[in-house]
Amino acid sequence: MKVTIDNKEIIANNGETILEAAKRAGINIPTLCHHPKLSNYGGCRVCMVEIKGMNRFVASCTTPVADNIVVETNTTNIRQSRKTVLELILSDHPNDCMTCDKTGDCTLQDLAYEYGVKENPYIGAMRQYPTEDKNPYIIRDFSKCILCAKCTRVCNEIRGVGAIDIMKRGFYAKVAMPFDEVLDCEFCGNCVDVCPVGSLTEKIAKGKGRTWETRKVDTICAYCGVGCGITLHIKDNTVIKVTPTEKESVNNGSLCVKGKFAYDFINSADRLKKPLIKKDGKFVEATWDEAIDYTVKRLKEIKEKHGSDSIGGLSSARCTNEDNYLFQKFMRAGIGTNNVDHCARY
Amino acid sequence: MEEAEKADVIFVIGSNTTETHPVAALGIKKAVRYKGAKLIVADPRRIDLCRFADLHLGHRPGTDAALINGLLKVIIDEDLTDKKFIAERTECFDDIKDSLKQFTPEYVEKITGVPKERIINAARMYANAKNALIYYTMGITQHTNGTGNVRALANLVLSTGKIGREGSGLNPLRGQNNVQGACDVGALPEYYSGYQKVNDEKNQEKFEKAWGARLSNKLGLTATEMTEAADAERLKAMYVMGENPLLSDPDINHTRHAFEKLEFLVVQDIFMSETAELADVVLPASCFAEKDGTFTNTERRIQMVRKAVEPPEEATEDWKIIIKLSNAFGYKMEYKSPADIMDEIAANTPQYAGISFDRLNGLGIQWPCPDKNHSGTRTLHKEKFTRGKGLFTKVEFIPSRELPDNEYPFILTTGRMLTHYHTGTMTRRSAGPNEHVKEGYVELSHEDANRLNIKNGEKVKVSSRRGQIDIKAKVTDMVSQGIVFIPFHFKEAAANMLTSRELDPVAKIPELKSCAVKIEK
Ligand code: SF4
Ligand code: SF4
Ligand code: SF4
Ligand code: FES
Repeated sequence: MKVTIDNKEIIANNGETILEAAKRAGINIPTLCHHPKLSNYGGCRVCMVEIKGMNRFVASCTTPVADNIVVETNTTNIRQSRKTVLELILSDHPNDCMTCDKTGDCTLQDLAYEYGVKENPYIGAMRQYPTEDKNPYIIRDFSKCILCAKCTRVCNEIRGVGAIDIMKRGFYAKVAMPFDEVLDCEFCGNCVDVCPVGSLTEKIAKGKGRTWETRKVDTICAYCGVGCGITLHIKDNTVIKVTPTEKESVNNGSLCVKGKFAYDFINSADRLKKPLIKKDGKFVEATWDEAIDYTVKRLKEIKEKHGSDSIGGLSSARCTNEDNYLFQKFMRAGIGTNNVDHCARY
Repeated sequence: MEEAEKADVIFVIGSNTTETHPVAALGIKKAVRYKGAKLIVADPRRIDLCRFADLHLGHRPGTDAALINGLLKVIIDEDLTDKKFIAERTECFDDIKDSLKQFTPEYVEKITGVPKERIINAARMYANAKNALIYYTMGITQHTNGTGNVRALANLVLSTGKIGREGSGLNPLRGQNNVQGACDVGALPEYYSGYQKVNDEKNQEKFEKAWGARLSNKLGLTATEMTEAADAERLKAMYVMGENPLLSDPDINHTRHAFEKLEFLVVQDIFMSETAELADVVLPASCFAEKDGTFTNTERRIQMVRKAVEPPEEATEDWKIIIKLSNAFGYKMEYKSPADIMDEIAANTPQYAGISFDRLNGLGIQWPCPDKNHSGTRTLHKEKFTRGKGLFTKVEFIPSRELPDNEYPFILTTGRMLTHYHTGTMTRRSAGPNEHVKEGYVELSHEDANRLNIKNGEKVKVSSRRGQIDIKAKVTDMVSQGIVFIPFHFKEAAANMLTSRELDPVAKIPELKSCAVKIEK
């Protein structure tokens, strides 16, 4: 079917929303509560557009296209109405961008900037909740929550966990576990990944650096065989945060607790930092040359005395293909034995 | 991972998917909740996935082969086989028919504890589906003949023709991130890269030429055989890269004893593991975030791993260490980067022939990828199997070697849990997981806990014929009466102090999933 959006004629698919049709045509409509992988919600009213002939604005994320409609997404009236929506949200939002970990990566902040929301005309009561940081992974600061329900939807629809829901209504509405207890769930962190504001953030990333200070490197999770795509956020040679990669990936925007939260071992003080040689039952630091020379000397002696097959190698299902290939090549061509395996059998 | 959505029935056996492969489980849940797929879960524990299952078959640990044979028997008796597929694509079907005679639903119920109605229902559900997928984990490696359990599953798949198209097939879920890749590139005693047998003259010649070295045509020792050989003082030295057999192998006391007998042990790792403690030389390596390379995931997808940070102080990349060692040993290796190494893998490995780093952006490539223009292979066995025709094999039911008795009345099964990973070296050094789940535990049923007067959280002694550990009790309805479960990630309460070294005769996989224990306060 044919629709016109911002003077562009578009062939839209039956059942598609205005937001989706616009997006395909390269027209960007701002959203706060919409997420392409979640059910439509229609809660924030930021995505409003005007349909010719209708006397009120409609939410583009929930309104399906209809044949021959003419849509405007960016008129002065719409911009004014979006600004009002944003002012209302910000009237009940702490003025904390300066210290918020989400600064620079916050949709609300970006929209406030775009729509020039400054002074707030709607001063009124503000929701104030103590920050919940008693669970091991996630800081939940619901005074910053804009009730977009992305977290509750991702938890229910994608994860199939349903740990959290929005309880109570209106001014008292709040995302919570049953009985508003400390978060106890699978801790996949998917709710953190989709939260558009600083209401949900990673505990271990707190104060470590904000988005413009970090380098991002796409790689693959090192835990299970699913092979999820992850993005490492790096500041000063330290991985400070992990997010599911935004590019096409097998995991499609999801991770589990290990991929998301179990990376700070990288900087553990326990890491081995120098080659070690055992002398009189104690490890002593050595140079690489000493360690390699000593190893080679011993391996050669043993090979000479007992033959190649008296030496065995255990390679690793945690190392890369390249590491493993060289390892077995060394055992076979260097040492001269096929005694090479890894622990896949366990 | 999207494949699950194409299935009408998903059969998960022996895989606690939501905890061990959480993101793969998302695909299964989605298929069930939004695409109308039916789910059958066969697991001794009432695992989380059961919340979404149409049928739960809670068979006793160690009785998988009987259960699967039972399903196949129903399928044959009720004439639900795919006769065209059997005729065109398989052989030896008639041979197995007879061997299934005894596996009537009644008999199988007696062995597995699964009510016969459920067995019959599950068989019908699976066989009647247009597309059906099977997921399983543990113990099975593509290169060996596989254990009886996998052969039994293969029989099931072949008899119903549920393979070779999207939404149908037999899918192993790999435990560690790069098990698939490690096997593919030849970290195996009987194969060079690409499953090329080392005792085949042509392969030997090929690799002797490629590597410029004399090679042995004698099959090597498997990991477990190496431990035995060390114990018998036939193996004198070991080079261990990034593994911690002292915690991951069965019967820890025995493994330690064997490793202590080695004349020389060199361990290359990122932490001082239990195995490294025993070493003569320890070489500091880099973790996944500190090197370039590739991992191959459970669906044979080769993906890029990228260096993000520098390793600490003098630690360095594993491939660089091997090169140093090899050159010093007198076998010359020259590679400028992992990309060079992949080029050599591609040159010597038919399945990887089309792979090079510049092609691996984004989603990577699924092997087989025979040339540079090939886009990879999503579904295996489309027109034919690797060996030509699919072979039915008789599978006997062999009960676990160690069954519960008066002295050791419980069946212990071991495995992984969501928050921690393998021997815990990484997750237990990460703040969140370590705060979240600090210590190991033994799961036991309410009935057993009541009978023994054990309260949730109380310390108990668990012992087997091989060892004893002190551990916290977790009273739960995850396990049935008579069965206990211990995750193996915790060295202070190491499940493998208790497990047995009995090996599966074919795949040489220890019976980690079942041994007999007793519990005392
Ligand atoms: S961490 Fe995962 S399971 Fe827990 S509330 Fe968030 S989305 Fe749900
Ligand atoms: S916590 Fe975040 S994702 Fe959840 S409703 Fe509030 S703003 Fe939305
Ligand atoms: S994030 Fe979780 S599911 Fe994904 S690869 Fe890592 S361990 Fe596996
Ligand atoms: S994005 Fe449409 S109402 Fe929130």
